[in-house]
Amino acid sequence: MTTKILIAGFGGQGILFAGKALAYTGLKCGKEVSWLPSYGPEMRGGTANCSVTISDDPIGSPIVDKPDVLVAMNLPSLEKYYNETEPKGYIIYDSSLITKQGARDDVITVGIPATKLASDNGLDGLANMIILGRTIKETNVLTIEQIKSSLSQMVPAKKAELLEKNIKAIELGYNYR
Amino acid sequence: MSEKVLMKGNEALAEAAIMAGCRHYFGYPITPQTEVAAYMAKRMPKIGGTFLQAESEIAAINMVIGAASSGVRAMTSSSSPGISLKSEGISYLAGCELPALIVNVQRGGPGLGGIQPSQSDYFQATKGGGHGDYHLIVLAPASVQEMFDMTFKGFNLADKYRVPAMILADGTMGQMMEPVSLDANAVETYDKSWATVGTGKHDGRNIINSLSLSPAQLEEWNISRYERYAEIEKDEVMYEEFMMDDAEICVVAFGIAARVSKNAVVAARKQGLKVGMIRPITLWPFPKDVINKAADKVKAFLSVELNMGQMADDVKLAENCKKPVYFYGRTGGVIMSPDEVLSALNKIEKGEAKQW
Amino acid sequence: MVVFEKTKGLTDAPLHYCPGCTHGIIHRLVAESLAELGVLDKTVGVASVGCSVFSYNYFNCDMIQAAHGRAPAVATGAKRAHPENVVFTYQGDGDLAAIGTAETVHAAARNENITVIFVNNAIYGMTGGQMAPTTLPNQVTQTSPYGRDVTVVGYPVKVCEMLSQVTGASYLERVAVNNVKNIRAAKKAIKHAFENQIAGKGFSLIEVLSTCPTNWGLSPKEALKWLDENMETYYPLGVYKDKYKEEK
Repeated sequence: MTTKILIAGFGGQGILFAGKALAYTGLKCGKEVSWLPSYGPEMRGGTANCSVTISDDPIGSPIVDKPDVLVAMNLPSLEKYYNETEPKGYIIYDSSLITKQGARDDVITVGIPATKLASDNGLDGLANMIILGRTIKETNVLTIEQIKSSLSQMVPAKKAELLEKNIKAIELGYNYR
Repeated sequence: MSEKVLMKGNEALAEAAIMAGCRHYFGYPITPQTEVAAYMAKRMPKIGGTFLQAESEIAAINMVIGAASSGVRAMTSSSSPGISLKSEGISYLAGCELPALIVNVQRGGPGLGGIQPSQSDYFQATKGGGHGDYHLIVLAPASVQEMFDMTFKGFNLADKYRVPAMILADGTMGQMMEPVSLDANAVETYDKSWATVGTGKHDGRNIINSLSLSPAQLEEWNISRYERYAEIEKDEVMYEEFMMDDAEICVVAFGIAARVSKNAVVAARKQGLKVGMIRPITLWPFPKDVINKAADKVKAFLSVELNMGQMADDVKLAENCKKPVYFYGRTGGVIMSPDEVLSALNKIEKGEAKQW
Repeated sequence: MVVFEKTKGLTDAPLHYCPGCTHGIIHRLVAESLAELGVLDKTVGVASVGCSVFSYNYFNCDMIQAAHGRAPAVATGAKRAHPENVVFTYQGDGDLAAIGTAETVHAAARNENITVIFVNNAIYGMTGGQMAPTTLPNQVTQTSPYGRDVTVVGYPVKVCEMLSQVTGASYLERVAVNNVKNIRAAKKAIKHAFENQIAGKGFSLIEVLSTCPTNWGLSPKEALKWLDENMETYYPLGVYKDKYKEEK
């Protein structure tokens, strides 16, 4: 089983960290993983994306050009990868930033107002983790317990407050209806 | 084996260099290799090593020359345009018979080019780059684990043969994170009684020099170095074979292009096409023999590269016109998809492809 | 009784320099200083490209031959690898002040603990007498056959003056070797530069005004006089910076 995930949005939305959380959790669960960021000026305000592959087998190309799971945090990203997403795949998007609807019926499309939820719940800057929580719930690529456990290892102990917020954000996304 | 950690290729490489005993790093920032310098800047002062951001790539490689002359493991890293600047110094390293490690995390060229991944410095790395009769040992990692392991290999081989070694990576290898086990590889130590450390520490005077105004002497130096190159070609070739047992078409690819091609090989097999892959790990010495032998079994070769066709020449030379060679590449920082490689394979199968 | 002895700091290899060229004197001053300081066996010299390219055959210590202009960078690497060693470069004006300007300025800026011996004879000697960055205004060379035209190729670079503005540099002095008095002063400066390095005081550069009778088209004796009358007026002798003296 191989899951190719593409997380895309604006630089500054925490795209790369959300991807890293997935890859790191995959590693901790004994999976093969790869994480490949877009890099360069894109990091500084333009679009950013990262390819994450989680697999039971050794990974060939780390580049995700046809995602099984697309996580889109802005409209340009959704438009860019909408048609590239594999049939029967998932498209999870931030519905507080993207209102346009696509026409595909061969993919599961899920909107979650991640950015709005973040600001409503005092979790500014954590829309990435909210949408990540939703992604896990929808796709079952990893479990929420696994993510929460690996996050506690990723976030340094002295930033306990940050860890708490991250976990709150993930749970918010996971339990959102 | 220790627990695997998730690490960027550039950082794994830098950590490996430190574990391999390198305490002298001289660099200059350039995307997409800057993490190597940043990692060294953080770590070296804490372990009594030297990290120095030079005024230019030219200065950095010459600082490497000074440190390597003094018998320590020294390295520099850069990306394509920076390697062009270092080429003078690399030629001097070769001429002075100095071991050192040079890392090229390639980006698109020529000129200032772009910053996205590329393999268009293949010619520069394997055919010279600088002036004069020389070779570099060129290692082409295809995973973060290999970025780590090849760094040890590079230092060991450089010291063993007194030649500069290069790690020819690319933007994806540098930027990508993969699980890597940071188990130290063997650190081989070789005699460095030739080093300029002061006459108080050895007999006679040691001179590090590439100059001779006597053609006969310079020829002798070159010939003796080429004798060592012959040993390297005999003993140090590294490659990986993938599904080659019954392959009818052999993909030849290295680095990230090999990773993409691996997917294409698997997809082709699902279609019933008998495709395999030879992945050179050393680009110099090039795995000539294995390709030549493969030519007796396969129908055709497809060289897949992130450039306009550079290694394809070497594939053709290696298989010695036994079978047709084809090429598929993308350039300028564009990475091909497995589908593109698959379609190139299908074209070969249908006889629609143009030979290289 | 004083018996003249050859310094242990030089090998027995015969110098290849032209008759009347003052490179030989400068070699001797450097070699004597190292021998007197007792550091020959832990000295690493860096030869440059130009007339002094073969200096690795002459200095009786370990030597590295560097690419054109890059000696200060090579010396930086050598010194960083073995800070306990004495590391010096021996460079001409083309090497140091043209192609190697960046390496020179930045070694000074880092206050790299090395000694730079800069031989300024206002011409490229090895290649047969072309214009140098230090060729004087109106001076005739092979590539300034009508005299250096400052409106076209600009003015000579005054290295000591320039580096005196670099905060990092420790000790800068310009000397000459065209008469006994100047030679004595030059020796003192060169030795002091090495003493500075041994004391860990950082970057020292001694600019030595030198002659090139062959390419100046003068007899050795005339060349000494030409240096006195033309070079010393454009490149005044003296200490341009002595950081530690200032601090005292």
